[in-house]
Amino acid sequence: MAVAVAVLRHLAPLGPRIPPHGCAGGRLLQHRRGLRLSAAAAIQVTVRDALNQALDEELERDERVFLLGEEVAQYDGAYKISRGLWKKYGDKRVIDTPISEMGFAGIAVGAAMAGLRPVCEFMTFNFSMQAIDQVINSAAKTCYMSAGLIGVPIVFRGPNGASAGVAAQHSQCFAAWYGHCPGLKVVSPWSAEDAKGLLKAAIRDDNPVVMLENELLYGVPFEMSEQAQSKDFVIPIGKAKIEKQGTHITLVSHSRLVGHCLEAASVLAKEGVECEVINMRTIRPMDIEAVEASIMKTNHLITVEGGWPQFGVGAEICARIMEGPAFNYLDAPAVRVTGTDVPMPYAKNLEDNSVPQVKDIIFAVKKVLNV
Amino acid sequence: MRKMLLAVLSRVLQSPAAAAAAAKPASRVMVASRNYADFANEATFEIKKCDLHRLEEGPSTTTVMTREEGLKYYKTMQSIRRMELKADQLYKQKIIRGFCHLYDGQEACCVGIEAAIKPTDHVITAYRAHGFTYTRGVPIREILTELTGRKGGCAKGKGGSMHMYAKNFYGGNGIVGAQVPLGAGIALACKYFGKNEICVALYGDGAANQGQVFEAYNMAALWKLPCIFVCENNRYGMGTSVERAAASTDYYRRGDFIPGLRVDGMDVLCVREATKFAAEHCRSGKGPIVMELQTYRYHGHSMSDPGISYRTREEIQEVRSKSDPITLLKDRMVNNNLASIEELKDIDVAVRNETEEAAQFATTDPEPPLEELCHHIYFNEPPFEVRGPNQWIKYKSGS
Repeated sequence: MAVAVAVLRHLAPLGPRIPPHGCAGGRLLQHRRGLRLSAAAAIQVTVRDALNQALDEELERDERVFLLGEEVAQYDGAYKISRGLWKKYGDKRVIDTPISEMGFAGIAVGAAMAGLRPVCEFMTFNFSMQAIDQVINSAAKTCYMSAGLIGVPIVFRGPNGASAGVAAQHSQCFAAWYGHCPGLKVVSPWSAEDAKGLLKAAIRDDNPVVMLENELLYGVPFEMSEQAQSKDFVIPIGKAKIEKQGTHITLVSHSRLVGHCLEAASVLAKEGVECEVINMRTIRPMDIEAVEASIMKTNHLITVEGGWPQFGVGAEICARIMEGPAFNYLDAPAVRVTGTDVPMPYAKNLEDNSVPQVKDIIFAVKKVLNV
Repeated sequence: MRKMLLAVLSRVLQSPAAAAAAAKPASRVMVASRNYADFANEATFEIKKCDLHRLEEGPSTTTVMTREEGLKYYKTMQSIRRMELKADQLYKQKIIRGFCHLYDGQEACCVGIEAAIKPTDHVITAYRAHGFTYTRGVPIREILTELTGRKGGCAKGKGGSMHMYAKNFYGGNGIVGAQVPLGAGIALACKYFGKNEICVALYGDGAANQGQVFEAYNMAALWKLPCIFVCENNRYGMGTSVERAAASTDYYRRGDFIPGLRVDGMDVLCVREATKFAAEHCRSGKGPIVMELQTYRYHGHSMSDPGISYRTREEIQEVRSKSDPITLLKDRMVNNNLASIEELKDIDVAVRNETEEAAQFATTDPEPPLEELCHHIYFNEPPFEVRGPNQWIKYKSGS
C-alpha cells in the first residue's frame, strides 16, 4: 500500500499551484478533497474553506460546540465562512441571531459559563465594540474573579481590520484593544493552515479566545500540508512561526501583512538583503521569545501591522524587546510600520496610503539597514 | 391556657399587615406527631393577587406553608439580615473596602425564589448579591471573609462583594444589566442540554432601562428560552426614583410580548408562589416570563450612600414597621401556631452567634498570599509568567 501511495505521489505533480480565483477553483478543490488516494500530498485551500473545515470538524467532534451570529445559518455566513453548516447540523448548532451584538455576545458568554462551547461570530469586529463589555468584563475576567470556579470556553471570531473601500467605521483593527486585556487570548491567522489550526485550538481552549480574521484573506488559497488536513490538526496558541529564514533583519507581523512582508522580502532578496519574516499567529500571549531569538541573529527589527501606531501591537513588541536580552543585539532602533494614523478614508488613492504597502516595508528595511 | 395567652398577646402586638395575613381564623390544627406537640404542622395563607400581563391566570392566592418550611425561611432571612448588618458594621470599621451593596429589606426575594426552584436550576444576579450567594449555598463565613478580602473567602479574596459565585450561581456581576443577557445564555444552555433546568436572571429597576435587557427579552422570546427575568424593584436606582428614570414603571410589562407578573416582594410566600408559577411556565416550554418583585432596601444603594437624600426617613421607617419580610413571616407563624416567639428568638440567637463567629473568622483570616496574585487568569492552563509593575517583578500564573 505504501508503495502504491509513493508511486502516486511521484506521478501527481503537486506543489504551490495557484488555481483560478473564485468559485471554480474552490469547487475543484472540493472534488479533490474527496479523493483520499493521494492523501500524502499538500493541497491548495482558501482561508474561507479552512475556517469552514475547522468549524465543521469541531461541531462534529464536540456536541457542546455551537455557532451563533448574524446570518451564520440560513445565509451560509455573511462571508460564507459557515457555508453548509446549518444544513448539516441544524437550528440547535448553528443559530441566526437578530442584530443585537451586546445581547447575543452576552448570551454566548452565559452559555459558555453554563457548560457549552459557543463560537460567537461578529460580522466584523467593528460591531464587537457594541458588545465589548461582554467580551472583557463578562468573558475575560470571570475566571479570575471567581478564583477559577467558572471558566468561559468561548470563541469570538470574525473579520478584523482594513477591507477594501468600506471606509472609517468598518475598517478598524482591534488587535491592540483585545490584546491589552489579561484573561483573553487573541489570535490572528494569516495562512489557511493558521486559520484552521488556530480556530480548532481556540474552540478546544477552555478560555475566551478572540480570533481576528481578515476579510481580504478569505478568498486567498494557501498550500495546506497533509498534516494540516487532519481532523486533529491544531496550532498551539502562543507560538509564532518563522515563515522565511533570514540573516540581515527581522520582520514581525500578523495577519494579512505577513504576506506583504514576504513580498518585500522576495524583492529585497534580489538586492542581497535576506529578511527573516515572523508570523506572530498569536497576539496574546505573545511569543516574544521567537522575536528575541531572531533579533539575536539579525540585529535589526521592524514590526509591521495594519492597525494604528499609537499603543499598537508594534509598540508593545518594541517595548518588550527593550526590556529583554535582545536589546543588546540591536544595531539600530526598532522600527514600526503601521496603518496611517487617520480614520480610514474611502477614496482608493487615500485608502491605499492609509495601510502599509510593500514599498513602505522595503523603504523601512533600507532605512534601518542604511542601504 | 398558654395557647390562649399567646393568641391574645400576638393579636395585641401584631401590625395591621400581619393581621391581614392571619385573617384566616380557623387554621388547620393538626395534632403533630413530632416536635412540639403544641404546634400545627402547617397552615394555609391567603396571599396578595399578582398583577398579570398577557396571562389568563396567575399564581395561586392561597398557599400552604409547613412549620418546617416556615422555620427554614425564617432562619434564612434572619441569617441574611444579620449578615448584611454585620457587613455594614465591618464596612464602617473599614475592614471591608470598596463597594458594598446591602440586601437587608429584600430578603423575601432571594428566599422566596430559592424555595420555588431546585438546586440544579441556575441563578444570576447583579451586584446586590450577598443574599443570593447565601441561598445558593455559600456559608456566611465564606461570604464575610470574601468581603474582608481574605483567602478563606468564597472567591479566595479575588472577587470581593460584587463577585461571589457558587455551583449554578453565576454571581455577582458589576456591570449594570450585563447579567441579563448572560442569564438568557444560561437558559439557552438549559434548553440545549435538555435536563429541564431553568435560569433565574435578576436585575433592578435601574437596570431595567438598559438596552441589552431588551435584546435579551427579544432573543429569549424568539428562541423560547427557559428564563425567568426578575426585576427586583426597590423603587430607586441608586439615587434616582423609578418615576424619574422610567417612562413606564410597570416593569412587569416591559417585556412587551413576554408575559409578566407583578409580585409583592416583601412576602416570602407571595414570591414563592409566583416563582413556582413562573418556573412551571418556563419548564413547560412556553418560553421566558418576567416577574417584577416590589421590594425595598433599608440601606442606601451602597455603603457610600446614606440613602436619605432621595427618600425620607419616614418612608424607610414605614416600610420597616408595616412590611418587613421577617416580621411578616414571624407574625404569620406565631398567629397560626406554627412556632412560638421563644422558638424564633432561639433562632435569632443562633443566627447572631453564627454571624459573630463568621465575622471573627473573617477579620482574622489572613489575606491571600502574594504568590497567588496571578492565579486563575486562565482556566485549566499550564503555568506561565506574568509581568509585575516593572520588568523585574514576575509572578507565576497558576490555574
